Amino acid sequence: MTETTQATDTRTQGRSADRRMGRFWSKLKRNKAAMLGGLLLLLYIVTALLAPVLYPGNPSAPNLMKSLEPPSLKEPLGTDELGRSILGRIIYGSRVSLLIALGAVSVGLLLGVPLGLVSGYYGGKSDFMIQRVTDTMLAFPGFLLALALVAVLGVGLKNAMISVGIGMIPLYIRLVRGCVLSVREEVYVEAAKAVGTRDRVILFRHILPNVMVPITVQTSLMMGMAILFAAGLGFLGIGVQPPTPEWGTMLGSGRAYIFNAPHVATFPGIAIFLAVLSFNLLGDGLRDALDPRFKL
Amino acid sequence: MSEQSGPLLTIRGLRTRFHTYEGVVNAVDGLDIEVFRGETLGLVGESGCGKSVTALSILRLLPCPPAEIQGQILFDGTNLLDLDREGIRNIRGGDISMIFQEPMTSLNPVLTIGEQISETLRRHKDMTRREAWRRCVEMLQLVQIPGPKSRSREYPHKLSGGMRQRAMIAMALSCNPKLLLADEPTTALDVTIQAQIMTLMARLKEEFEASIVLITHDLGIIAEMASRVVVMYAGKMVEEAPVKELFKDPRHPYTQGLLGSIPVIGRKFDGGQRLQEIPGIVPNPLEMPLGCRFNPRCPRTMPICHQQEPPVVRLADHRRVSCWLEANKRDD
Amino acid sequence: MTDMALLEVRDLKKHFPVKKGILSRTVGHVRAVDGVSFSLRQGETFGLVGESGCGKTTVGRSILRLIEPTAGQVVFNGQDLLALDVEELRQVRGSLQIIFQDPFSSLNPRMNVGKIIAEPVRNHLKEAKGQIRDRVAHLMESVGLHPDQMSRYPHEFSGGQRQRIGIARALALNPMAIVCDEPVSALDVSIQAQVINLLVELQEKMNLSYIFIAHDLSVVEHISDRVAVMYLGRIVEMATDKELYQNPQHPYTQALLSAVPIPDPEVGRQRILLEGDVPGPLKWPSGCTFHTRCPKRVEECSQKEPIFRDGGNDHWIACHLI
Repeated sequence: MTETTQATDTRTQGRSADRRMGRFWSKLKRNKAAMLGGLLLLLYIVTALLAPVLYPGNPSAPNLMKSLEPPSLKEPLGTDELGRSILGRIIYGSRVSLLIALGAVSVGLLLGVPLGLVSGYYGGKSDFMIQRVTDTMLAFPGFLLALALVAVLGVGLKNAMISVGIGMIPLYIRLVRGCVLSVREEVYVEAAKAVGTRDRVILFRHILPNVMVPITVQTSLMMGMAILFAAGLGFLGIGVQPPTPEWGTMLGSGRAYIFNAPHVATFPGIAIFLAVLSFNLLGDGLRDALDPRFKL
Repeated sequence: MSEQSGPLLTIRGLRTRFHTYEGVVNAVDGLDIEVFRGETLGLVGESGCGKSVTALSILRLLPCPPAEIQGQILFDGTNLLDLDREGIRNIRGGDISMIFQEPMTSLNPVLTIGEQISETLRRHKDMTRREAWRRCVEMLQLVQIPGPKSRSREYPHKLSGGMRQRAMIAMALSCNPKLLLADEPTTALDVTIQAQIMTLMARLKEEFEASIVLITHDLGIIAEMASRVVVMYAGKMVEEAPVKELFKDPRHPYTQGLLGSIPVIGRKFDGGQRLQEIPGIVPNPLEMPLGCRFNPRCPRTMPICHQQEPPVVRLADHRRVSCWLEANKRDD
Repeated sequence: MTDMALLEVRDLKKHFPVKKGILSRTVGHVRAVDGVSFSLRQGETFGLVGESGCGKTTVGRSILRLIEPTAGQVVFNGQDLLALDVEELRQVRGSLQIIFQDPFSSLNPRMNVGKIIAEPVRNHLKEAKGQIRDRVAHLMESVGLHPDQMSRYPHEFSGGQRQRIGIARALALNPMAIVCDEPVSALDVSIQAQVINLLVELQEKMNLSYIFIAHDLSVVEHISDRVAVMYLGRIVEMATDKELYQNPQHPYTQALLSAVPIPDPEVGRQRILLEGDVPGPLKWPSGCTFHTRCPKRVEECSQKEPIFRDGGNDHWIACHLI
């Protein structure tokens, strides 16, 4: 049946660039799980952006009079041990977790992708060195690595970002290197060499655009992972420090009241769960819709 | 050619279409052909003309959906399209077998050559394990594989391309088929190996008294192997002729163009450097041109070619052309 | 050979090491190209034929140093390409170009046609955007494409059109010579003729020299002025087009030519069938590498390598019998 697909290819005049985009959308739209993920993600981002509008008060100001109130009409998700609105803190917490995720993934992308490109394209000694370091980093369980880094760097928002981000570098390196190794052998790369294109230009003009699909998919999945790790650090009390509202920290402090006021721990937990789920569903959907050749 | 016994295979109004996201593709659109006992029918055309789909439709090897096969495929009096799953499975590899272009994809990589051939034999011929194995070694000997006993214990990847195609032929012939569908059987092979395989197929055809439908894009192979030729373009037959007539007196502009566009050794020195080319490309199966499907590329179009599909003009027995030029000649 | 040679290949060798085990010890070498010499004259087409695995593609890639040859010389325009450093080589690549076999994989799917064709220009010349655009438009016209298709992507074109894009890219810097590596073998018959005619036209117009690598003997005969036949990494016979096809001397050439199916059912002829297959890459035959399949072999063949020599009339041959 290659015959038919090839023939279909031949005549698709100008519209086909749009058609490819259209096919991507129609494929993504048919994937119900991915659409759910996208919707959740949208909700999440809107919440983070409009936090001051959605919750006009100060989510960090304690009000001990209202300590540990169960959910009610006035306080839909109840209050915590210091009497602060859990809804408000979850809304503001979305900003923090999104920020950490973005920061961590940026660290991973900015360092991991170039290193992976170099490692895969040039090979040789630099590849050997990069691969040994990557192997060593991957030998630690990811969360343990972040934990160790925090121990070195100290607590706080910025350090949480960096610690989680560094743990992602080897994952990006490995992914990008693998893709580069296969793209490097493509005839069009040879063709670019044959017309006198410099290595650096080949790397960024020919190879990078052809590994963008797996990088995009990986990034979506990594965002979910970053949120989870950041929450983990918060839960252990070594992430973002109180009184800044952060989901992991909220979960951690709610643990003490799990029997008499279960809502304090439950709602932040649900928030973490939904945020991670949204990225994972979307990532899977993107993978299927973008390019079936890149099965991760 | 013993034609008095009637055709072995009669295809009437075969229509194979694929339902795709972008629309319906009519890969084969109203094909009528006959294959007689003991003959080799050549099916020529370029990629996308529907020649392979025709072979796959005969054995119903296309997944339906997305494919949809209509018409009649009468083999020895039974319509293959009416058979149930079990019925068609008994035909496949039994009375009708198929040879593919790349034997590596049609041989199972995790079974030895011997296991695969004897499995076919036991399925169709009710043989014991021992009998099947003996027959398998015999078959490998027949297709001139050196050391057939040890070769039958080897896996497909151990064999060279030529040897794999021989093994494939051995497997196809093992159950004494009446009809062999050969889809570009030598396209993947080097020219000296191709010569070996063609000679082998010609010999075995006589020995097994089988009919062959030979599908290829190579007019050289057609000239050497086929007794009768059907030329296809964009899912339709454009011309049918005995092989000598086709090369001597091609009637359809497409056939003429095809014959003019291939370089022939020695012709340069009495013909010049330029090959006759057919301008343009094959039509998109989703947007077939109105009227004759060849009209956008045809050097001899008339107004009617753009409006109406040309009728099939029967010039003689097995001499058909689907072109307005011939139809108009008839009317005069 | 005459001093008209634009490109001269002398004793070119490419041996690929075969590695085994966890320590990747080299256990042997595959002699993909084993001492190939020929010259390409100004304005001519030199055909290189042979079956798969004979090393013809490796020769083409080695000439351009897309594969680094193991030994030999490639003298182009008076310069030994194998002695150049990376930057010098990059400069030469404008005038020595290549067209690839597969028009589907040789164009970057994420770049539009204008960018693909402009790439060599951008690599070598400092031209303004508008100038490059005009140049690309002109190139597209010269290979029979519409310049208004510049912003389309490779997948929107048919195989033949894509091959034209590849040709336009090769022409971008007005090369003197082009290595054509099976440029039509992936195309349909009617499209093959279009591309072959285009190559011939361009040659006349731009005074190009071609090294035309192919396995299809009819195509090579049609387009070439001189032809060399390769077998297992070596040239076994080399002569002018007419001489080689009408008076083949080497038993391999004879068998090869007799195996080509002729599209004329009236022609009956004797076919020389070769025994067996090409020996595997690690089973290198002693003496004449063809002796394992040669129908005319004598004892000497398995012991001594035949010398590649001029048998008169510029007809070169490597065989003990002649």
